[in-house]
Amino acid sequence: MSEPGPVKPNEPPRTRDRVAEGLRRRYMKERAFRLLGLAALLFGLGFLAIFFVTLVSNGASALLQTRILLDVELDPEVIDPEGRRDAVALETANYQQLIRDALNRLFPDVTERSERRALYRLLSPAADLEVRELVLANPALIGETRSLWLLADDDVDMLIKGNIDRDVPESERRLSDAQIGWIDALLDEGRIERKLNRYFFTSGDSRDPELAGIFGATVGSFFMLLVTLVLSFPLGVATAVYLEEFAPRNRWTDLIEVNINNLAAVPSIVFGLLGLALFINAFGLPRSAPLVGGLVLTLMTLPVIIIASRAALKAVPPSIREAALGIGASKMQTVLHHVLPLALPGMLTGTIIGMARALGESAPLLMIGMVAFIVDIPESPLDPATALPVQIFLWADSPERAFVERTSAAILVLLAFLVVMNGIAILLRKRFERRY
Amino acid sequence: MSISTLLAALLALTSVAYIAGRRRAVVGSASAPIRTFHSLPGYYGGYVALWCLLPALALLAIWVVVEPIVLRAAVIDSLPPELAELPEDRFGLFLADVRNLVDGNLVFGAPDPAVQAAAERYAEVRKTSRHLLLGSLLVVGVASLVFALRRVQPAMRARIKVEKAIEYLLIGASLVAILTTIGIFLSVLFEALRFFRLVSPIDFLFGLEWSPQTAIREDQVGSSGAFGAVPLFVGTLLISGIAMLVAVPVGLMSAIYLSEYAGPRMRSWAKPLLELLAGIPTVVYGYFAALWVGPALRRLGDALGLEVASESALGAGLVMGIMIIPFVSSLSDDVINAVPQSLRDGSYGLGATKSETIRQVVLPAALPGIVGAVLLAVSRAIGETMIVVMAAGLAANLSLNPLEAVTTVTVQIVTLLVGDQEFDSAKTLAAFALGLVLFLVTLALNVVALRVVRKYREQYE
Repeated sequence: MSEPGPVKPNEPPRTRDRVAEGLRRRYMKERAFRLLGLAALLFGLGFLAIFFVTLVSNGASALLQTRILLDVELDPEVIDPEGRRDAVALETANYQQLIRDALNRLFPDVTERSERRALYRLLSPAADLEVRELVLANPALIGETRSLWLLADDDVDMLIKGNIDRDVPESERRLSDAQIGWIDALLDEGRIERKLNRYFFTSGDSRDPELAGIFGATVGSFFMLLVTLVLSFPLGVATAVYLEEFAPRNRWTDLIEVNINNLAAVPSIVFGLLGLALFINAFGLPRSAPLVGGLVLTLMTLPVIIIASRAALKAVPPSIREAALGIGASKMQTVLHHVLPLALPGMLTGTIIGMARALGESAPLLMIGMVAFIVDIPESPLDPATALPVQIFLWADSPERAFVERTSAAILVLLAFLVVMNGIAILLRKRFERRY
Repeated sequence: MSISTLLAALLALTSVAYIAGRRRAVVGSASAPIRTFHSLPGYYGGYVALWCLLPALALLAIWVVVEPIVLRAAVIDSLPPELAELPEDRFGLFLADVRNLVDGNLVFGAPDPAVQAAAERYAEVRKTSRHLLLGSLLVVGVASLVFALRRVQPAMRARIKVEKAIEYLLIGASLVAILTTIGIFLSVLFEALRFFRLVSPIDFLFGLEWSPQTAIREDQVGSSGAFGAVPLFVGTLLISGIAMLVAVPVGLMSAIYLSEYAGPRMRSWAKPLLELLAGIPTVVYGYFAALWVGPALRRLGDALGLEVASESALGAGLVMGIMIIPFVSSLSDDVINAVPQSLRDGSYGLGATKSETIRQVVLPAALPGIVGAVLLAVSRAIGETMIVVMAAGLAANLSLNPLEAVTTVTVQIVTLLVGDQEFDSAKTLAAFALGLVLFLVTLALNVVALRVVRKYREQYE
């Protein structure tokens, strides 16, 4: 080969050069394609990152709740003017009045009625319950003056957390100028602080954001998963064992198989319709009950468990079966004594993953009345209840700004549950996974 | 006495039966020592226990079904005539009141004396019924126990019988899967047929107007109810289309990058992370779409001088697309990995670059599988509920403009069924008709997709 000489102006381009030029283009395209792939991957992962950052930055603040320090005089004249000191008197006493008195002492120059009412609104309507709790626990305190950190209203909380803009005109703000003035005064005296938000983890739903918690929904979800687990695990495993170990290959078993695969892909809302028409309308089971939710979720989780269990059974090598059969075990003994124990970890993994999916499911629960506003903590699978994801849905729909952080925090709790469940599944798989 | 107490009693009896049966085989007798028995002692125990449990359980099941009917008849008998002649639906309400009172549920206000009397009668009859049930359960259980115990003989092949019973149990369990599908189909179909008796299927499938609010009073104006579902279908397709426009390119390119370019280390962390997106509950995506993406798009639209509805199809579709990315990517990943390496090697041997190989050899070879994956993703998108409930509109709006608010089939099902409803109105039943359409469409998509994927796999196996 000769050295490539300088290209002469009217000589046609040589093949080599055309190839070199083509190669340059082709390599450029190659790099572009590769970058495109990377970009697509990063798009997905980037969203995941944005997602968690937003959730954590929004939800973290829900762990703390603004409280106001008030010197509450536990005036016997107000609590128990007749001096009976019995439970009924203490329970029905006007603790609201004590709090109002304490506020009036702090701001003596607020005298007009409407202004006073605005002042009282700085505290949560449930602040008096905390005083009552204190007095009921220790009636000897009556007559003393105690400094109490009382629950502030959600609007105050939002202002302190910086979610209410002070620069917005007063008419568009949820707090008036006067109220902000009082809050600033309280802040200057160190009477406003953020304390741990205990209601969030211990109470049920509430119309007042500062009192709303996820405990009720968590218990509801727990009952539902319990029903689902008790029903779907035995059924799923039994089905898988039959299909994988006993069933003859014929049209019927093919039909069952196709059915299971399709069942796994039926939209969840259709399961909700089934639950409504069958369990509630035809069988007359109670609405909003975790039992019905659990039944519906069972039908949804079954295919997941069956598919995972069959995979686990397939992974047990035939040599084990042959050895057992060879020394005289019956088919059933082979399966129950040898194959099933070896496949069980894989089945459990599949079950936990199915449970995690059931925990995050909400659409079918909307159909069977679990969206109701329920304050009480359910005590059995027959009590009306809501579930964690449905609670998130309800809060996300609420107009109060304070519910935004609570929604994020509830999502974080839900995700934490999911992570723990999937973590257990992965551990189980790692611990018991066998290579034959 | 509740059903669960009865069940517990029955189980206790069953364990007694197991112990008795096993003991009988272990002890044997002078003429039949233990070694002469066909099966292990445990199987004789199981045999007796099954005999004890199954007939009694069957009795219990029948009782549970029949008892409410008998109770209802008993209550009706005892009622004063003017109550017994109530119209069917009012009477149902009355019975529900009675049952609530008996079960000690919340009853608002002082109960009606008629209800009170009926409730007392109801409770009384039920008490008798339960006592009777307990008695007959014990009789049946003990009788069959004794019967089975007498059959524990060396020649009786208990193992084979117990194993047969277990096998029937397994078959029964696998029938549940079939029954579920049939149950879904029938329950939805049944309610949908009731709807089609009120509204003709042609109007439903091809009508252009959807306003399900029906008049409560006869003379009410302007809300006769229109059940033309075309706007819902169009809205569903629009949102799913947007979702697929996001999910298919991104998911496919991610899968290509992960399976063809990324090293094993990157693959080992990027793949699970991407699949994390699939594990996030849909309600969380819905929250994102409604609270962050929707408003952000609106602000963006304002900045560009466009009118964007805060519940635009674009917002819901985008977020739904992100949700479906891992679905598309993991399915296509499987498919791409199934393409034999020899095809790639052949292409490299001819001098093609990696991207040329992927575009001209791997993707065409994997196309059927990818199409299957996309079809599955479409069925996922059509059936997705929470995102659209939270982030798409409620008003049926026949429009293809992604910046406007449209509604979908699933949103309408939820809005029609959430809250109190009566089961006879066209409004409620319409939800079931929509559900039927949804079920059939997703079923068809799945059947086709699974078939395509299976065909494709067989091709390279």
